[in-house]
Amino acid sequence: MSALLEVREACKRFGALVVNDRVSLTVQPGEVHALIGPNGAGKSCLIGAITGELPHDSGEIRFRSERIDHLPVHRRARLGIVRAYQVPQFFGSLSVRGNVAIPEIARSRSAWRLWRSAAADEKLQAVAAESLRQMDLEGSGARPSASLGHGEKRELELAMSFAAQPQLLLLDEPLAGLGMGDRERMVERLRALKGRYVMLLVEHDMEAVFSLADRISVMVAGRIIASGSAAEIRSHRDVRAAYLGEETP
Amino acid sequence: MPIRVYVILGILAAAAIAVPFFGQPYYTKLAVRMAIFALAALSLDLLVGYAGLVSFGHAAFFGLGCYAAGVLPMAGVQSAFIVFPAAALLAASVGALTGAVSLRASGLYFIFITLAFAQMVFYIAQGLRMLSGDDGFRLPAPTLLGELPLTNPTVLLYTMLVALAAALWMCHRLVNSHFGQVIQAARDNEMKLKALGLPAYPYRLALYTLAAALAGIAGAAYANLTEFVAPATMSWVLSGELLFMVILGAAGTLVGAIIGAVVFVGLEQILSAWTEHWLFFLGVLLVLRVLLLPQRLQALLRA
Amino acid sequence: MTAGLLLEQGFNGIQFGLVLFLMAVGVTLAFGVMNVINLAHGSMLMLGAYLIAASAAKTPSFLLAFVMAMLAVAVLSALLELVIMRPLYVRGHLDQVLATFGVSIALNEAVIMIWGREAVFTPGPSWLDGSMRLAPDLDYPVYRLAITAVAIAAGIALWLMLAKTRLGMQIRAGAEKREVIAGLGVNIRLLFTAVFVISALLAALGGVMLGPLLAVQSGMGDPLLIVALAVVVIGGVGSLRGALVASIAVGLIDTYGRMFWPQLLGSTAGNIMANAAVYVLMAMVIAWRPAGLFGRHAH
Repeated sequence: MSALLEVREACKRFGALVVNDRVSLTVQPGEVHALIGPNGAGKSCLIGAITGELPHDSGEIRFRSERIDHLPVHRRARLGIVRAYQVPQFFGSLSVRGNVAIPEIARSRSAWRLWRSAAADEKLQAVAAESLRQMDLEGSGARPSASLGHGEKRELELAMSFAAQPQLLLLDEPLAGLGMGDRERMVERLRALKGRYVMLLVEHDMEAVFSLADRISVMVAGRIIASGSAAEIRSHRDVRAAYLGEETP
Repeated sequence: MPIRVYVILGILAAAAIAVPFFGQPYYTKLAVRMAIFALAALSLDLLVGYAGLVSFGHAAFFGLGCYAAGVLPMAGVQSAFIVFPAAALLAASVGALTGAVSLRASGLYFIFITLAFAQMVFYIAQGLRMLSGDDGFRLPAPTLLGELPLTNPTVLLYTMLVALAAALWMCHRLVNSHFGQVIQAARDNEMKLKALGLPAYPYRLALYTLAAALAGIAGAAYANLTEFVAPATMSWVLSGELLFMVILGAAGTLVGAIIGAVVFVGLEQILSAWTEHWLFFLGVLLVLRVLLLPQRLQALLRA
Repeated sequence: MTAGLLLEQGFNGIQFGLVLFLMAVGVTLAFGVMNVINLAHGSMLMLGAYLIAASAAKTPSFLLAFVMAMLAVAVLSALLELVIMRPLYVRGHLDQVLATFGVSIALNEAVIMIWGREAVFTPGPSWLDGSMRLAPDLDYPVYRLAITAVAIAAGIALWLMLAKTRLGMQIRAGAEKREVIAGLGVNIRLLFTAVFVISALLAALGGVMLGPLLAVQSGMGDPLLIVALAVVVIGGVGSLRGALVASIAVGLIDTYGRMFWPQLLGSTAGNIMANAAVYVLMAMVIAWRPAGLFGRHAH
């Protein structure tokens, strides 16, 4: 079975600073693939290259064996490449339910409906409600999204990502800034969704990474230094060297 | 929307309907003026209040509609069923063309560019010497609704009230539709919308064109109210006044734009009756309004 | 079509461009450093023209009148910045647009209240009367040459200020990365006031110089402001180099255009094209480069 996402020799530099140095990575269908590495290693840049927000300088990116390098952000999103941002991105003037309706409007190509009320569109609202239910947010549906707490905004970010029915979900540090309890809850949520969504997960939390990921890639200073199963990575000489003293609590 | 807004709207509508019965043409004309600018402000609110697009060139579309109503009679066309659609079409065409360029820019650039394009239209109208350039020209013949001339204030008033009601209803449906949700999402977070698969540009362009068309219709009516057509209807001062009307009510509520227009036109009448230099006080009022009453949607409209 | 005429129009075009530059610099600095739009900028030009006329009536020395006018504009613009602009820095562009628009219509009416609706006659300084023979068939007014010289001098002074002084460095840093200079302990408030006043003075300088050439009346600065906006868009908001290049280009295109378009397209179409040319150019630049020729990404 060929890879869902294949990044081949992607390079990105800002002036003299090389942030991605011939990075190659594959994400297989059905897997949860974690991308770990110290801060500033170039992980977010790689995610940006995949979504198209930060196009790389050279190299290839293939999705389902087709090159997507030339496609703009919204086209890649249409293909099912969805990113959940580290700082939750949402639509502040819409309600929580209104927010999760947007990805469904995009997905169902119904953005040109000019007349009928979106709130009265039963099919749309049902999909929105379901996405909220997945994240235990259905009670907050009517609330203005701007009034959500930090953790809830994270949940909204995920709910919107799921509502888009992603073929590949790029999770940018979903646990960052969460307290212990919230962290465990989030890991459980993600674990429950394993198999249902293909995920490329950027994270620092080692415990979460080892418990969730099928495969792990390690990026240091813009290069992938190791890629394999959790056990392989745990015992990998270079990885241990890079992380000695840098393990996050 | 709080109940009191609908009450106000109801009172205004009732007053407007009753005005002609008092037999005072001055007040009837005033009511028409309010209705016309209410329609123009309503169309601008779609852009400013819902799409977050601060257009400082909306008067151009108003003026184009005015010119359409003025030029068509020269070709022997007076029927309202041709004049109004033609005005809308002319405004929409120019709107689509200039919008296609303007919308490629965001924030500050957009404001500058809409202002610049409107000036271009203004200068072109000024330069049309066969239409008396800057002086403008008298409306050659009234637009006719069947047999009824729209230069008759009472006829024009009821026509505008119907048009305004229809436009309000249509805009209300539009902002609550899927399209409307996408437009508002684009205003809130364009990057996120794109990341979800929807580029903002085509939807904004469609909205911009629609807003232009509505403003054009208002302009055609204005030509019948004043029985005169001049480049002043395209001036940037008028563009600014339209923006003022939108925020005077409250941007992003549709009804607010209507109320804002009514208040503005009323204010204009009172001030100009009081002093020759009413524009000075209008300017001061505008500054005070902005400084003292922060915008509800400020954070969202920040470029 | 003589070489002399071409040369003359070329000079006129450069002059126009330089005056546009004075306006455009103010706009681009205000936006680049302070992220603010000021639609009352045209009023500053107008005030410059009116105040020089008023001061010149009070004193026989043109230089003294000039200084008085500039001083008055400096004070007025500082007050404006303090009272009206300062609260608006944190508000969005809509509020800034509307407030400065209000200021501009108030000022436009205020000059009518003080000086009436008729155009005011401003004589230039007598020692700049007459013409100079620049070419066999070109007698060029000395006054216009003086304007060119002054505008160039102002441009150089501005460049020196920006490149060599501490204030200039702060302004440039602020234009690049506003967030950084706050952290460097720069007095932001004073900096903004300084930028605002400098912009106003540049516009007023333009007004002073144009006074004897144009009709000094209410709203005279507004058409120029709008062309200056188009120039800023073309050159790229926040870019001084862009403002200079675009100003000169627009000045020449507009001036030569008014000469050539009517010849090419006939009277009516020609006039229309002459009026529309700058904006068509603006549209083309935006279509090709949404941030302008030298613009960086918008703040």
